[in-house]
Amino acid sequence: MDKKFKRIVLENSDSIVQMWLEKVRDLKDENYTANIGDELYESTNREFINVIFASIQNQGSSNEVEQFSEKIINLGWPLSYITDGLQVFRRVTVDYILSNLEDMDDTEQIKGAFQSVDDWVEPIIRQLVNEYTGNWEQIVSLQRVALQELSAPLIPVMDRITIMPLIGTIDTERAKLIMENLLQGTINHNSEVVLIDITGVPVVDTMVAHHIIQAAEAVHLIGAKCILVGIRPEIAQTIVNLGIDLSDFSTKSSLKKGFMSALEITNRRIVPLEGKNREEQIKNIVDSI
Amino acid sequence: MNPQSCVNINKEWDIVGARQLGREMAKEIGFSTVDQARIATAISELARNIYLYAEQGKISYEIIYNDSRAGLCLIAEDEGPGISDISQVMRDGFTTSGGLGAGLPGVKRLMDEFEVYSEVGKGTTIKTVKWLR
Repeated sequence: MDKKFKRIVLENSDSIVQMWLEKVRDLKDENYTANIGDELYESTNREFINVIFASIQNQGSSNEVEQFSEKIINLGWPLSYITDGLQVFRRVTVDYILSNLEDMDDTEQIKGAFQSVDDWVEPIIRQLVNEYTGNWEQIVSLQRVALQELSAPLIPVMDRITIMPLIGTIDTERAKLIMENLLQGTINHNSEVVLIDITGVPVVDTMVAHHIIQAAEAVHLIGAKCILVGIRPEIAQTIVNLGIDLSDFSTKSSLKKGFMSALEITNRRIVPLEGKNREEQIKNIVDSI
Repeated sequence: MNPQSCVNINKEWDIVGARQLGREMAKEIGFSTVDQARIATAISELARNIYLYAEQGKISYEIIYNDSRAGLCLIAEDEGPGISDISQVMRDGFTTSGGLGAGLPGVKRLMDEFEVYSEVGKGTTIKTVKWLR
């Protein structure tokens, strides 16, 4: 029975394609694909229906389907374009087969028609959806790796002074990473002072504060000093409102001030070069007055 | 603009989504940067409490008006274990999770109005309002 239906469909593929193209054209506006150019939409539709027919003809050959799904993913079209398109194909084809049956009252035949069309369409849907979600999963895992790479960098700016700039939200996983990198880095770089810069942290709630306090205490335990820098005025106010006690830690408003006091702690200071550009220096001083 | 919205809290990253929405709404109402930070921090605390203790719940946001003054009302609801002694959790430094114990009393100080309803075994609802000055 399946062969018979397949013959009907393949022999009349032109009229089925026409019906399908018309229906899919109507779908365009509600399918999130409204902003796609008509020409591209039309040509992709033709390619899509060819892929469907090729797949039916070859009993589910996957090569064309794979190429097509790759193309759609690259175009950035929604998954619903594919599922809707196949849904329409299922409806159109079943309608066509039923209208071509000699005996409309034979329930066995009708059931068989539905069954066959489902059997043709399902592997295509499965493969396309798998390709699509596989692509998403890959993107998400790549981004997770990328995020982890920039989550807790430690920069040895100078002998005995290290800076850890924190940017973005701190969650439990990242807090752990911060702690590990901080301690490992402090030992590896032989740092005496570690500056933690929180300019880029959008919200400092009790959990973030707790993790920072713990990190600072741990740094203290291994014999270095931790200075918290980059505390914006609004963050300072929320920390006070929350009632978090940071009086045991040195804090500075900016990285610059923190760096200056780090130099002080390590018994150093910045001195302008003697003799060089003396005139220019004097000119600068005069200008600044 | 939609005057009322809601964010479900099911995983840790939902906390970020919750406070992002809160910050945006606070900005649109016209809160200063300091108050925006206060509101975002309060949402962060409430959402984290939901995530830590109840595992799931939701935070709803509503723009409210009172004598021509606008305000942002936050309602955090969960069906978690509930709080047996509210006066205890409102004390600074009380914690069952090893944290700083500044969460709920902190939220109370960050916001203007603060109410807790809780029933052990049924869940907790916290309603808090920040008025535009």
